[in-house]
Amino acid sequence: MSQPEGAGRTSIQLEGLGAGQHSIAVDGLAKSYGDLVAVKGVTFVVDAGETFGFLGPNGAGKSTTISMLCTLVDPTSGRAQVAGFDVVTQRSSVRQHIGLVFQDTTLDDYLTAAENLKFHAELYGVPRGTVARRLADVMEMVGLADRADSLVRTFSGGMKRRLEIARGLLHSPRVLFLDEPTVGLDPQTRSNIWEYVTELKRREGITLFLTTHYMDEAEYCDRIAIMDHGSIVAIDTPEALKASIGEDRVELHTTDDAAALAALADRFGIDASVSEGAVAFHVAAGEQFVPRLFAELGVGITSIRVARPTLDDVFMTYTGRTIRDAEASSGDRLRSSPFMRARRG
Amino acid sequence: MVSDQGQQVGTGSAPTPEGRPVPREGSGAPPVATSAVGAPVVAAAPPAAVGAPVTAAASVVGVRVAGGTVSDDLRAIRVVWKRELIRFSRNRIRIVTSLVQPILFLFVLGTGLSPILSGSDHFNFRTFMFPGVIGMTVLFTAIFSAISIVWDREFGFLREMLVAPVHRSALVLGKCLGGATVATIQGAIMLALAGAVGVPYDPLMLVVLIGEIALAAFALTVFGVLMASRISQIEAFQVVTQMVVLPMFFLSGAIFPTSKLPQWLAVLTKIDPLSYAVDPLRRAVFSQIALSPRLNALLNPGVTWNGWRLPTLLELAMVAVAAGVMLFVAILQFSRTD
Repeated sequence: MSQPEGAGRTSIQLEGLGAGQHSIAVDGLAKSYGDLVAVKGVTFVVDAGETFGFLGPNGAGKSTTISMLCTLVDPTSGRAQVAGFDVVTQRSSVRQHIGLVFQDTTLDDYLTAAENLKFHAELYGVPRGTVARRLADVMEMVGLADRADSLVRTFSGGMKRRLEIARGLLHSPRVLFLDEPTVGLDPQTRSNIWEYVTELKRREGITLFLTTHYMDEAEYCDRIAIMDHGSIVAIDTPEALKASIGEDRVELHTTDDAAALAALADRFGIDASVSEGAVAFHVAAGEQFVPRLFAELGVGITSIRVARPTLDDVFMTYTGRTIRDAEASSGDRLRSSPFMRARRG
Repeated sequence: MVSDQGQQVGTGSAPTPEGRPVPREGSGAPPVATSAVGAPVVAAAPPAAVGAPVTAAASVVGVRVAGGTVSDDLRAIRVVWKRELIRFSRNRIRIVTSLVQPILFLFVLGTGLSPILSGSDHFNFRTFMFPGVIGMTVLFTAIFSAISIVWDREFGFLREMLVAPVHRSALVLGKCLGGATVATIQGAIMLALAGAVGVPYDPLMLVVLIGEIALAAFALTVFGVLMASRISQIEAFQVVTQMVVLPMFFLSGAIFPTSKLPQWLAVLTKIDPLSYAVDPLRRAVFSQIALSPRLNALLNPGVTWNGWRLPTLLELAMVAVAAGVMLFVAILQFSRTD
């Protein structure tokens, strides 16, 4: 892998900072359950303050990886550091510095919201003097301040998820893990949750590590890793991933389609076609191409549309399947999250 | 370009956990992406720290949490215990319903059997059953409290506890103490009925009984927690009740005297660990009642090994040791990791 000179120097400087620069550093992390290889040796780093997403179908190994990073599952091989601590040898330190929001709720329905948070504060050793203030803070952040003394069983699904996010932040973790934070919620609630999460990240300055199988949610991430069959098949910013698979789709409505086709072929060397009443073609950096098109096409353009490749396209390119097909074929064998196996561990 | 990067990631040429990172810039992300990702990094690291050694534990924002010390574990024990009490006090229906069964046994079954069993001695059979029924209350309350771990697992709350930065032993101990406290309270409520079955409210007896109830409650909760560590489905709770708890109850001498049993049944009552928790209760109660030696031998035979009657203190010590061993095993069970 060719690396620019500057990158090498940066890495030396980072070394001086120790692991503090990286919230998460993972090297060859793998997990097998008997013959079933859930995670096949993944390697990546997540910087402090970054929002990093694991994208992939159910059963791709996302939850197993997150479970290993959260010290709930022992890796079969490989190493990982979270917040500067080893997930195997410094389990307790890792747990102090991370917040967790699981796929399924982990609240006590028979306690009030505030009691759930107090329970958490005690378990995580939040200094007694700061518990009340911190509790009020996080409840305020997720918009539940007025429901602090209500029993959790009276909460809606979205409120419970917000309460869990508040609880995950209560002990001021440096990394907040969100395993499918919006699964099972309606679109309105999902978008609310994301508003809260984005705002919280801004206010708390923490690293977010999340898994999702919703393509649109991956767009909230600074970087995403696409996981399939226990391996990371691609890792980059959403923009770069989309750019990497090629060209934008441009659709034109013109005053003379035939002339437009000819002009595109002549002046730009583009092989366009007419579909559904529009002249359509693919081109790299479509938005930058539009001004040239207006200047040089010589045919009247009545409307234009540039469509970016979506993360769906990205997933398709790297795995050969759509994420929905992947979900369907992965079947139920891994449906139970490894978190469920954590009952004794 | 990106597929190359994916390859790189997959084959492990990127960073080691010691923090020898390969910066993303090096793998070809476009400039716009670099700045988008780079900005938060700068924001999260205080400028003063750049270039200087930063300890791994340095917190970026907010409160620092401690962990792993004795006082942290004590806080954990206390809050897990407190949760049991909050849940118990909030569930008044449970408090009432769990007293219905012992009261039925005591006043309906006890009264019904009295004419047959008391004979010409005018002995109130309910008095005999009283310590047994207290034992029953403690047994069912303790097991029910402990088995709520299975519910916690089903509804996810167990994970909230297990991922906390405290020793699992603190969680298990808190749970056991919580269940024991709840069961002791229920036992004490039953104890209040002493006057209704002809047992005087002797202060010393009450103190002894409360102590014995608390010990039995703790041991039985630990037993329940140990079982719960192996149970992953709520449905299995029914099985446990039928296969373990009811036999324990029936064989303990709680509802019938063990003095004139056929050999096979006598052996089973001696194997039943609950016998050793119920007998001290009965002795404490019977110490307050004037009985003919014949009746006392019939109704209060104690637990005998090869004709030797075990002293109360030995029985209590056995219960305590059993509780300790089971607690140890339960902690091991909950400390395992996948």
